[in-house]
Amino acid sequence: MRFSFSLFAVVITLAICVPGRAQGRTYRLGSTPSEEEIKARDIAISPDGKELPPGSGTAKEGATIFAQKCAACHGPNGNGGGLTRGIVPLGNAKPVKIGFSLVPYATTVWDFISRAMPQSKPGSLTVNEVYAATAYVLYRNDIIKETDVLDAKTLPQVRMPNRDNFLPAEPGWKPGQKRPFGYYP
Amino acid sequence: MGSHSHSDRRRFLTRGGALVSFVMGAVRSVRGQTPAPEGIAKDNLAYGQPSKFDNTIRRTLGQATAISDTALTTPLQDLDGIITPSGLHFLMDHVKGVPDIDPKQHRLLIHGMVDHPLVYTMDEIKRLPSMSRIYFLECNANNRPIRGPNGESVQNVHGRMSTSEWTGVLLSVLLNECGVQKEASWIVAEGSDANKYTMSIPMAKAMDDILVAYAQNGEPVRPQQGYPLRLVVPGWEAIRSVKWLSRIKVVDQPYMAWHESGNNADTIPNGKGLWYRFEVGPNSVITRPSGGQRLAGRGFYEITGLAWTGAGAVTKVEVSVDGGRSYKPAELQQPVHRFAHVRFRFPWTWNGEEVVLQSRCTDERGEVQPTVAEAAKNLGVSPDYFYQADHFNGVQPWKVNRDGSISNALFL
Repeated sequence: MRFSFSLFAVVITLAICVPGRAQGRTYRLGSTPSEEEIKARDIAISPDGKELPPGSGTAKEGATIFAQKCAACHGPNGNGGGLTRGIVPLGNAKPVKIGFSLVPYATTVWDFISRAMPQSKPGSLTVNEVYAATAYVLYRNDIIKETDVLDAKTLPQVRMPNRDNFLPAEPGWKPGQKRPFGYYP
Repeated sequence: MGSHSHSDRRRFLTRGGALVSFVMGAVRSVRGQTPAPEGIAKDNLAYGQPSKFDNTIRRTLGQATAISDTALTTPLQDLDGIITPSGLHFLMDHVKGVPDIDPKQHRLLIHGMVDHPLVYTMDEIKRLPSMSRIYFLECNANNRPIRGPNGESVQNVHGRMSTSEWTGVLLSVLLNECGVQKEASWIVAEGSDANKYTMSIPMAKAMDDILVAYAQNGEPVRPQQGYPLRLVVPGWEAIRSVKWLSRIKVVDQPYMAWHESGNNADTIPNGKGLWYRFEVGPNSVITRPSGGQRLAGRGFYEITGLAWTGAGAVTKVEVSVDGGRSYKPAELQQPVHRFAHVRFRFPWTWNGEEVVLQSRCTDERGEVQPTVAEAAKNLGVSPDYFYQADHFNGVQPWKVNRDGSISNALFL
């Protein structure tokens, strides 16, 4: 309904005042960002890893970075401390209700370390440091080897233990459909 | 959406007239141009405060004498009607601290699979056609059962939800301005907090009714709620209503961001994780009389509470004063707004005996709120499962004891 109405709005408005204009720009507000601006802000990484930047790192390198920039919150062995959750439960083969234990893609780990770590200075790690820190976390969870090199090609290929263990609450259900009684979640 | 479309069309025609005058060159500064007054402090005269005798405040679960800046619950037992005052809106942050954003510096970038990427200033967003809607927001961990004394209050158990009148621009307007490409099927929304909180949302919802809101209950959105700009995703778990919104990337898949993958999944007994649940289920709770309160003595009381559903409109709320053996319809406060809290009221006389009070919601799709036993049976789990699971919408029973005290009777 909303979509068809929006089309209606576009058509009418075009007819009134924007002759010959292609789809969009009904109100002609906002400005066109430069390629550089988009590139600088586009930090989200998809599961297929197509946005991953060039660079690389290993768990061995990551151990050094962890000791310098992560251990203050995550503990010397990554077991966590205080209110800060540890890194070790990540990707447990047997799902349990521990925060962050259910990460399905290695790109998710890279993305979050890149945008939010370390907590004292989020986004300050270099690309190579993010690859290395990601490798260290995955190595500590027995998902990769200490010497495995993570880069834009190898990271999306890392298979997280729970990749196939996620279900929609009611298989086949889509937003907007009626659910069986009590089938919530 | 049917019930709104007529007024929207009228509204558009009005806006269309305004648009023509813009294009004809009769451009006037209309909004967002008022300079901030200098020299007046925002004190109790400039911005009024509640009575000193009133102590309606937010709380942090498990903290009797202090509150935290990352988890605050709405005092549902002390509120009336359906609107939550902005200063009492719940707060459950996954970020480190509330960012301090100067709206003059704030930009919303929309890019990705679009024909024309655009970046908007706040002034530009406020010039676009606006819309006001009353919507609830509910944390997906709300009404998770709580053991012990903390479970004895509707504020603790259900206080991670609030309702506001939100004003802003339909996200579909902004997306249409950019020209969404055919292959696009999701958006990734990002905040400008320290963690750059990120959520994926299906395109069908983005093009339907999501608001890019800059006002809450008539004034600018509060910093804790996303000032100067946030998403409001009607009827869906509030984790998707990204605060401090600064970027939307149009994409062709969910991005599995940190807070939407592992952190918000539950596991069920077969070891599988449940995730990507969007809509809130049909739900209701009696807010008065409720856990932790005490009835003064036998006699008349009004039972009142809130009902809500991700399906749209609440169509019926029933109240039971005998622990669910029988239900009678409650009166719904009119008008009932879709995707908003609905206030219900039910007259009741207490005879001094032990009773269990509870409510049950039915929505426009005919979905009915289950009891905890029914929900457990359907999932194939024991009722105890819900102690560690999010996304719970079971019936909440309150037991009135002979001395007038009221306790949580969910797991008797």
